[in-house]
Amino acid sequence: MSTATFRIWRGERGDGRFEDYPTTVSEGMVVLDAVHQIQSDQANDLACRWNCKAGKCGSCSAEINGKPRLMCMTRLNELDLERPVTIEPMRAFPHVRDLVTDVSWNFRVKQKIQKFTPTAPHAADGTWRMQQRDIDRVQEFRKCIECFLCQDVCHVLRDHQLHDEFVGPRFLVHIAALEMHPLDTADRTAELREAHGVGYCNITKCCTTVCPESIAITDNAIIPLKERVVDRYYDPLKALVRLVRGGTKGESRAT
Amino acid sequence: MAYAPLPIAPRRFGETMRTDAWWIQPAVIFLLFSAFIVYSTWAALQGNHYTYGPYLSPFYSPELFGDSPHAWFGAKPGWWPSWLLFSPAILILWAPGGFRFTCYYYRGAYYKSFWADPPNCAVGEPRSSYLGERYFPLIFQNIHRFFLYLALVFLVFLAHDVWQALWFTDAAGHRSFGIGVGTLVLAANTTLLGGYTLGCHSLRHMVGGILDRIAERPVRRAMYDCSSCLNRNHMQWARLSLVMVMFADLYIRLCSMGIWTDWRLL
Ligand code: SF4
Ligand code: SF4
Ligand code: FES
Ligand code: FES
Repeated sequence: MSTATFRIWRGERGDGRFEDYPTTVSEGMVVLDAVHQIQSDQANDLACRWNCKAGKCGSCSAEINGKPRLMCMTRLNELDLERPVTIEPMRAFPHVRDLVTDVSWNFRVKQKIQKFTPTAPHAADGTWRMQQRDIDRVQEFRKCIECFLCQDVCHVLRDHQLHDEFVGPRFLVHIAALEMHPLDTADRTAELREAHGVGYCNITKCCTTVCPESIAITDNAIIPLKERVVDRYYDPLKALVRLVRGGTKGESRAT
Repeated sequence: MAYAPLPIAPRRFGETMRTDAWWIQPAVIFLLFSAFIVYSTWAALQGNHYTYGPYLSPFYSPELFGDSPHAWFGAKPGWWPSWLLFSPAILILWAPGGFRFTCYYYRGAYYKSFWADPPNCAVGEPRSSYLGERYFPLIFQNIHRFFLYLALVFLVFLAHDVWQALWFTDAAGHRSFGIGVGTLVLAANTTLLGGYTLGCHSLRHMVGGILDRIAERPVRRAMYDCSSCLNRNHMQWARLSLVMVMFADLYIRLCSMGIWTDWRLL
């Protein structure tokens, strides 16, 4: 048993300050354990959100020593306990209290994205056929636990606060899961360029760095979507081909 | 539910709660890219010492006009304005330069290291305004795939240079097969550039990424798998090939100047 100090952001609605809480720590503890211990021993009114303690619900997102991480998946032995460990709420969303932020903006964004629109069933009994190989690509995106750490670290939201013009990496992953789905027929390219603002991403890859599910957000979701936008809007050769062949749909659409 | 309409105030430039040395990585990249820009500009403007024996510096390949035996169309053209500096490299270097400049990896890297947008993840930025690649001027980065087409052609020229580097002419004028250290340097350079170019995000998209159903297209699938495999380490290919192309020029330059000796291995 040894003692470590946790420097936790306390306050409400954007106002607040750090407070130090020394507490005993033992082998195998994660940051969320320490927060719970502080909550029960020293600060009963400390607000924090959590649910599964297994890195699967995406509730316990916070900034630990300045890095967006899940509190339940950050083991204390990864941190320098000689110095106080800072724990702050996510900075890209409205602050509610202590470590809790209001992430409801994300749910409103999701509602604006065209839903999955499958092709007509392939069989008479109303079922579809897919190859595992074709669904593998979108399965990576479906690992997302909606922790919104990628949204928090993305400088377009965090520093430039372009929440009205940019959906953020989490929803580009969501759009990629729909757009690249072998059965989906909807076309989200125009919205990607306009309302969803894929062009704001400058591929600096912070989202990929923080994703607890190790989704290759930039390489596998965002850049391929940017390329689809280029196909449609910025490639004169493709435009010529479309003109000759007719139609605006890319060759990627399901049939 | 009641909540403050705004998050906690954004951080000022360089402000962060990160406790690691977050500035080292962008600083190293800044130095590496700056070194490349300075060296390649200097080397391209020299207009000499770019060949040695059968070797041709990759900065000067293809040599369209020039004084070496590698030149395609002979010496410097008569119509070239006398007041304008001539070097075979400046005729062609814009193509690989543009390819790297618009590459997705390099873009992300220099936005961080040279423009601090952001300086590193979760570190405060110097400017509050932001246009990203959504508007002019950076919307022009979308031109990348056209530079890719050129880069693929250049790859063929560089492979041909490696072939050329296998044939040495002796004092009597006989051409014979051989391998020198320079041959290996040029081969390594072409291999690294190949790994970099064939793992390009635009190529990966074109050969298969655009298809949502690829299982039943074996050729496209194989191409997509190859490109994806190289793409996973695109950053490493980009950095290594950058260093190697500089070294290949330096090697040939120093051999040509008589400072280094090119060892014949075979
Ligand atoms: S890569 Fe794009 S989406 Fe991801 S953090 Fe950077 S700017 Fe945001
Ligand atoms: S993509 Fe990763 S970081 Fe972003 S919300 Fe999903 S799991 Fe979290
Ligand atoms: S508590 Fe569920 S992810 Fe941490
Ligand atoms: S993305 Fe890097 S070379 Fe095309």
